[in-house]
Amino acid sequence: MTFMNRLAAALAVAAAAATGAVAQNVKIGIVAFISGPAAAPFGVPAKNAADFVIDELNAGRGPAPYDKKGFGGATLETVVVDEAGSTTTQVTEFRNLVQRHNVDLVIGYISSGNCLAIAPVAEELKKFTNFFDCGTPRIFEDASYKYVFRTSPTATMDSVGAALYVKDAKPGIRSIAGLNQNYAWGQDSWGDFELAMKVLVPNLEVKTSQMPKLFAGQYNAEISALLGAKADVIHSSFWDGDLEALILQGGPRGLMKSSMTILTTGETAMHKLGAQIPDGTVLGARGPFGPYAPSNAYNKWFSSGFEKRFSAPPNYASYQMAQAILGVKLAWEKAQAAAGGKRPSNEQVGAALENMTFEGPGGTVRMAIGKGHQAIMETAYGTTRLANGKVTLVNVKRYPAEKVNPPEGVKSSDWIKSGFKQGN
Amino acid sequence: MNQLLSVAVDGVIYSAWLFIAALGLTLIYGVMKIVNVTHGSFYAIGAYAAASITAAWLARGYPPMLSYAVLVIAAILVAAPFAILIERAILRPLYSRDEVVILLVTYALFLILEDVVKLVWGVNPYFIAEPYALLGSFQVAGMAYPTYNLILVAVALFFGLGLAWLLHSTRAGKLLLAVIHDPEVSRAMGINVGRYYLATFALGSLLAALAGAFTAPTVSVVPGLGVEVIVLSFAVVVIGGLGSLPGAAVGAVMVGLVRSLSVHYMPQVELFVIYFVMAAVLAVRPRGLFSLAEPRKI
Repeated sequence: MTFMNRLAAALAVAAAAATGAVAQNVKIGIVAFISGPAAAPFGVPAKNAADFVIDELNAGRGPAPYDKKGFGGATLETVVVDEAGSTTTQVTEFRNLVQRHNVDLVIGYISSGNCLAIAPVAEELKKFTNFFDCGTPRIFEDASYKYVFRTSPTATMDSVGAALYVKDAKPGIRSIAGLNQNYAWGQDSWGDFELAMKVLVPNLEVKTSQMPKLFAGQYNAEISALLGAKADVIHSSFWDGDLEALILQGGPRGLMKSSMTILTTGETAMHKLGAQIPDGTVLGARGPFGPYAPSNAYNKWFSSGFEKRFSAPPNYASYQMAQAILGVKLAWEKAQAAAGGKRPSNEQVGAALENMTFEGPGGTVRMAIGKGHQAIMETAYGTTRLANGKVTLVNVKRYPAEKVNPPEGVKSSDWIKSGFKQGN
Repeated sequence: MNQLLSVAVDGVIYSAWLFIAALGLTLIYGVMKIVNVTHGSFYAIGAYAAASITAAWLARGYPPMLSYAVLVIAAILVAAPFAILIERAILRPLYSRDEVVILLVTYALFLILEDVVKLVWGVNPYFIAEPYALLGSFQVAGMAYPTYNLILVAVALFFGLGLAWLLHSTRAGKLLLAVIHDPEVSRAMGINVGRYYLATFALGSLLAALAGAFTAPTVSVVPGLGVEVIVLSFAVVVIGGLGSLPGAAVGAVMVGLVRSLSVHYMPQVELFVIYFVMAAVLAVRPRGLFSLAEPRKI
């Protein structure tokens, strides 16, 4: 054999080995806001969580039953896509992930608008897709999907949990007011909260509902209107810079002192604003995440590892991403075992995840509604109290999953209107 | 009565903020006929510079009362090199081109500067709440307002009156008015038009940066901060008439008061009311309230 022939043979062997190695990998499309206003509170913490969890899984360092390397022994690799831009851009990017990058599955999406647009495309392309953060309940209430899942609870849970908490904390409540962003998330959050409060407190008075533009930034007039309304409770689902601006502008004006103020996504501001958050403000974390996460082995592994690597505690978006990957890992391995150890198809992974129950850093996740494609979890709220210069949460109340989520087959709004009935 | 008083106070505070934010945009258009989209970038750069440098100042235990001066100096020092560089290196060679081409170039610069801001300051938010709360608060109609808001009103008055004085009562201002009226004749009369363009662009951009700096203590400084302000500023200067200083003032007051009224009495139309005012004004006066008839050139 000549030198050239030997070289060609060696190259062929190397190429075959390389091809084989790639075939063993599981390629995951990760989609989150890497730029724009939603990057800092949600996108970057979520991407950091994905980096941490995937590195840990590839190294086989996850806690049991997540201790097998990668997904069923296959190494995980990622293709990260920025969620910033229009919904049309996201649909194009999703098609690129599937058709050009040939990803095996997609985990992502923070914006409810993007989730609503991506779901039918995922179905059309037959690509297993797990939404990790977006909140709108309409995805599985208005349609039925085979390839689409969501391992985080919906915004209905946040709003109903908020209503139950303020009713418990302020039994004599007679009036509410709202300050929410004027788009799907803000309107749905306020709509569910108002409806739930009216069920819980007959003859409830709605003093005012303020709906400023997303990222308006200046809220002096809205704060004056809320102060003038003198409602017992103020509800806000503000997030990111809007949430922080509300705290910075409302705090010095005594807004949170004059009315009990519940911030359903307030946890993301807790670590950043600290002492700027007035005592007595009620904070939510969109589920049992962050300060409300249980003290289980998964949370210890995730929160301590994340904080060590990124020098910041994980927020709820990080938790949601972590449990999204862990849920898919379990489904993948269950499907792989059922297929006799062979690499499972998207259909087999989907069938395994349907109606599955698994444990994560936020506790028990049950894929119980949306025909087994939508998760439910317990939720928690607590009230801030400054102790030694640090914000702590007191009067923490937890609400079981069945108490804050509709049963299977019932739309969120119908369930709230029915007085939160579970089953027939 | 109390609510009306509250509407007035909220309206004046919002108007002051809007006027500060829009002033540089109308100045640059008035002199250079450039709809400067990088205005939003300078606003963001001013806010980031003020927030990061003032936060460092306060973290080192330096006197908090001097933080107001630090806000201003930080914004000017960081924004000035960008303004000079953009005018000299990018805009100057394009002055002979169509206004639309320059508009598109400033839009491209806006997108580039958005990424430059992220490269320099990252995507995490910056806060400097201390200057907002440091001066305490005052009471109107039974409601507390941070005294910092009075600073915003004072700054708006200072900037507006100062610019009017500069334009109408100084030699440089009168020469600038000549440049506005006819750059070619001004050049023929020996005025260094290029230098006036540079000074105008730098001043307009620094006004945007200062607007960002004065806003920084009231908000979370995050990526995308400049997007919202460019839209609102544009609405204000269009209402008043592009390039008109009194027009920007009246436009800001109109928008501020109408928005405040809607927030207090009809919050469901708040989103629409600013643009309704703009559409109504343009329907009656298509070039804005204070636009002047342009001399016809043969």
